[in-house]
Amino acid sequence: VSAEPAPATHHQRVPPWRDLRVLRVVAQLVTILLIVLAALWLFGNLGENMRQSRLTFGFGFLNTTAGFDIGETLFNYSATDSYLRAFMVGLANTLMVSFVGIILATILGLITGVARLSRNWLVNRIAAGYVELMRNTPLLVQLVLIYAVMLQLPSVANSIALPGSIFLNQRGMSLPRPVTEPGFTAWLLVVLAGVAVAVAAQVIASRREEAGQRPGPLRRLGLLAVVLAALGGALLLGPISFDLPVQQRFNFVGGLTISPELTALLVGLVVYTAAFIGEVVRGGIQAVRRGQLEAAQSLGLSDMQTLRLVVFPQALRIIVPPLTSQYLNLAKNSSLAIAVGFADLFSVSRTMANQTGQPISVIVLVMATYLAISLLTSLFMNLYNRRVQVLER
Amino acid sequence: MSGGELADLPRMPPAPEPPPASAIGPRAWLRQNLFSSWLSGLVTIVVGLVLLLGAFLSVQWVINARWAVVTDNLRLFLIGQYPLDHAWRIWLALAVLSLLTGLTAASSGGPTRALATWLAAGQAMLGGLMLFSNMGTVAALAVIANAAVLWVAYIVALRRPVASRVLGIAWLVYIPAALLVVHGIGVAPLDTIPARFWGGLLLTFLLAIAGIVLSFPVGVLLALGRRSDLRVISALSTTFIEVVRGVPLITILFMASILLPLFLPGDLRIDAVLRAIGGITIFSAAYVAENVRGGLQAIPTGQIEAANAIGLNAIQRNLYIVLPQALRSVIPANVGLFISLLKDTTLVFIAGGGLLELLGIGRSVLAQPAFFGAHLEVYVFISAVFFVLCYAMSQASYRLEAALGVGQR
Repeated sequence: VSAEPAPATHHQRVPPWRDLRVLRVVAQLVTILLIVLAALWLFGNLGENMRQSRLTFGFGFLNTTAGFDIGETLFNYSATDSYLRAFMVGLANTLMVSFVGIILATILGLITGVARLSRNWLVNRIAAGYVELMRNTPLLVQLVLIYAVMLQLPSVANSIALPGSIFLNQRGMSLPRPVTEPGFTAWLLVVLAGVAVAVAAQVIASRREEAGQRPGPLRRLGLLAVVLAALGGALLLGPISFDLPVQQRFNFVGGLTISPELTALLVGLVVYTAAFIGEVVRGGIQAVRRGQLEAAQSLGLSDMQTLRLVVFPQALRIIVPPLTSQYLNLAKNSSLAIAVGFADLFSVSRTMANQTGQPISVIVLVMATYLAISLLTSLFMNLYNRRVQVLER
Repeated sequence: MSGGELADLPRMPPAPEPPPASAIGPRAWLRQNLFSSWLSGLVTIVVGLVLLLGAFLSVQWVINARWAVVTDNLRLFLIGQYPLDHAWRIWLALAVLSLLTGLTAASSGGPTRALATWLAAGQAMLGGLMLFSNMGTVAALAVIANAAVLWVAYIVALRRPVASRVLGIAWLVYIPAALLVVHGIGVAPLDTIPARFWGGLLLTFLLAIAGIVLSFPVGVLLALGRRSDLRVISALSTTFIEVVRGVPLITILFMASILLPLFLPGDLRIDAVLRAIGGITIFSAAYVAENVRGGLQAIPTGQIEAANAIGLNAIQRNLYIVLPQALRSVIPANVGLFISLLKDTTLVFIAGGGLLELLGIGRSVLAQPAFFGAHLEVYVFISAVFFVLCYAMSQASYRLEAALGVGQR
């Protein structure tokens, strides 16, 4: 809202009850007073209620023994560890789910968005149906539905084998686990060298373009250098091997086994968020003006060049802000893990609140943590956003 | 008529040639949309086969599923523990809703007509489902009759349109009146049915509607506060909005269920329903505020300068100039918010307090020994209910957006 009309500047003074400068100060003072009074009343009640039910406020309990087990942890944890460590385990699980979920949802979302723009009627309709189905049913219902399906999968002995040594059964999903071998560091250096060559080629090509010369196949050669370094290095040095899950009678040995809880949570979050990301991508690409495409074609750019140099940079500007809010939604929605029994930040915190009799401290802690995650994510995405935005004026 | 007169007439352009036979008809459509290139054709065939297999398996599952878990417990899914011999109050409220919707749909246009169609179809479907349950044939027929009420009201109002002012007042009276009839006033036919007996879809709607209605004024105030040039008010509003938007709804519901009683005087006991409504209101107020802020930002500065120029004070300016324009443009966004609120009410069953909205009822039904392991049937049914409700509202919201011309003015 723009500024108030300037106060009249007559020779006689404006009475204070009509002087805007006075009124503004008074209005703010009254607001502060009301809020302080309300806070005093509320916290007075709180103190009284806490005394009556013998609740206390403080964070001393964090150093006492937690006494409960957590199924899946990213680092060592046992019931004899402190509440603080339990909280950290929950936080790590939330961050892991959010990180993996965001990556997978972005990939699936891109595919969905492109499928929505497909000229193939069948592909287009299926993508649209998928988006509508996800948008119009609650995520929580989807999660418990997927979890119920996971629990109805066959037993370990009758696991469903998917290509690539992936097995699905009641106990969850078993996948090959990548293991770094001694040659890994050397391979990393080779790949970095390839990337350096590619960057150099890119810089030279851009310079030539700016000077009005043809860049030639420089960019492709750079890309080739990276691919050759990665593939050739991998063949010669053997940097990564895969620990394959091996089926025993009652369980799988080796590999990476993900519990049904985590699988259901990840699948649910990814499939749900990807539908929204797909719409964001579609909207971004459609918002690029037709004239831009026609101009690119009339300049003689190839389809790939049009996409890479004209459509994508402009679509990205539109996509990044709503994409950020979808990432934030995914991180916040990971708190629904409690419905499928995965020990995330909220789930661990609720157990803590019930056990310690310090619900207020726990609520403050958990809300502050989620707020910090949200603020950090949006800070990071805003920095990226500033990079892709075109400076106008 | 002579030839000269004809020659003076403006020449009609020749009728366009019909498109060549190869560009029309089903074969051309198939070629353009499904087999435009060999790659596209391959994709069509592969995707089509997978789709057929999926459809076959789904139909097979639907036929073999044990739907008794839904039909035997339909009463719980719809109204929870609300006494059956008082359920007529809900059907009555629905009947008046149908009547009003029919009248409104005929008198105004577009979006309400789509919504009316969905309401009629939905009630006919619901009544049909109730015929297979133990809720009584009379109730089932009454719900089906509501669809007819809507249709008759629509036909009548097409002939004699009802003034929009009358309809507006009727709607304003309807919402609290319906709530009073269903909740009761403590007198003989309308005994009080406390909200803890409400459950299933009834509770889902109560939570979502109460949430959006209560959060709307708070959200508008927060939006005005955030854009105010009074530093303190703006800082407080911004902090509230950003904190609420930065944390998951489940933590707010958890906070409301534990902290709200602690912050109120010990003798003021509020039940779980009110606590959940409180949590939902706090949550959605922040989102309403952001929607409204979008509407406020879209108002040209000239409007505000004009208001200042004719000597309106800040309250008059907001009330007569700014808000009517801003709120109009954010109606579709708020319909979207209502849809997500409806979906988010499922979270109250995690937050505790023993509230059994649609999903909570589903979980409690699954605890019945007779229906052990019928998870998929229950969850698919709940998903279908939400899908029909949310899809209908989102379609209406698209039409509303077009009718209001958001972004085109």
